[in-house]
Amino acid sequence: MSGDATMQVSVWRSGDGKEGFQTFDAPRREHQTVLDVVTWIQQHADPSLAYRFACRVGMCGSCAMMVNGQPRWTCRTHVSRVLKDGRLEIAPLRNLPVIRDLATDMTPFFEKWVAAEAVFAPSESREAPMAPIKPDDPRRVAADAAIECINCAVCYAACDVVASNPEYLGPAALNRAWTLANDARDGGQKARLDAISKAGGCHNCHSMGNCMTFCPNELNPTASIAGLKRATVKAALGWGKG
Amino acid sequence: MLTLRLYLLQRVTAILMAPLVLGHIAVMIYAVQDGLTAAEILGRTQGSLGWMLFYGVFVVAVAIHAAIGLRVIVAETLGLRGAGLNVFAWGAGLLLLALGLRAVWAVTA
Ligand code: SF4
Ligand code: SF4
Ligand code: FES
Repeated sequence: MSGDATMQVSVWRSGDGKEGFQTFDAPRREHQTVLDVVTWIQQHADPSLAYRFACRVGMCGSCAMMVNGQPRWTCRTHVSRVLKDGRLEIAPLRNLPVIRDLATDMTPFFEKWVAAEAVFAPSESREAPMAPIKPDDPRRVAADAAIECINCAVCYAACDVVASNPEYLGPAALNRAWTLANDARDGGQKARLDAISKAGGCHNCHSMGNCMTFCPNELNPTASIAGLKRATVKAALGWGKG
Repeated sequence: MLTLRLYLLQRVTAILMAPLVLGHIAVMIYAVQDGLTAAEILGRTQGSLGWMLFYGVFVVAVAIHAAIGLRVIVAETLGLRGAGLNVFAWGAGLLLLALGLRAVWAVTA
């Protein structure tokens, strides 16, 4: 690719009482990620641009933004995959309050993890011997499939139920609740099932799979939520342990 | 806005409705194929406890199922919440129930 190719990048700006898209001409480079573009703008065009990132290798989950209308982890999203008619539109993650420019306030997202009791509740003291769990135990296998979440909130931004029902706990918190529901060492199952059976709970999921489509780690929160629905129904009908 | 209780109610009514819908369609096809007149149909349904129960249960299940579904749609698309949402859902359910039971009564009593 030639050194002087450029592309038009519209970046959402907010704060200081003004808001709207601002357009920049940024260089188009080979193997460039969306995060590279945002960083170039901040370093060469407007140092006041606010955005968030840390690891740049898809581990920390802090760099997610809306790119041409879809939620993406920007550090691992190549421009070549998302460029539309030579243009990029970059906006803060959907369904979250914006602090400034591209930086969202993720507090509501994490508060919902707590509200979903998506927190390990040890059933034994630290002195107890380690619990033996076979790798092929079905509950271990179910937890395994859902465990590699990086808390990026891409699924939360992709979920239309979150958009229309601010109470809804959302795919990430519920996905984490599912891993714990399958943790033999966890003693908080009753409280967890109660927490996810309330007005904003797992039963609000429409199972349309936006979360699964966009999760950069290819997790399937839709399936996790379906598991939670079954577990709550089983517990309510008294069919053994959810 | 869908709690476990509402979710369960909607699933249970769906399970009830599935065979009733099939039964209803079968009856419709039978009536049309055979060219039954309204009077002939009424002759078979009136005074029949079986038909009263069949369509009575159907109407109750539909009223509950539809009211919960409408409740979700109205909450998610129009943003209605709280007491207003409950009033709407109960109102929709009771209206469907009244209309349905009136029809069942007219045909089977
Ligand atoms: S499947 Fe459920 S959690 Fe996932 S995006 Fe759809 S409604 Fe949201
Ligand atoms: S489930 Fe996937 S999309 Fe959602 S927060 Fe975790 S890693 Fe991100
Ligand atoms: S910067 Fe850490 S995941 Fe993108």
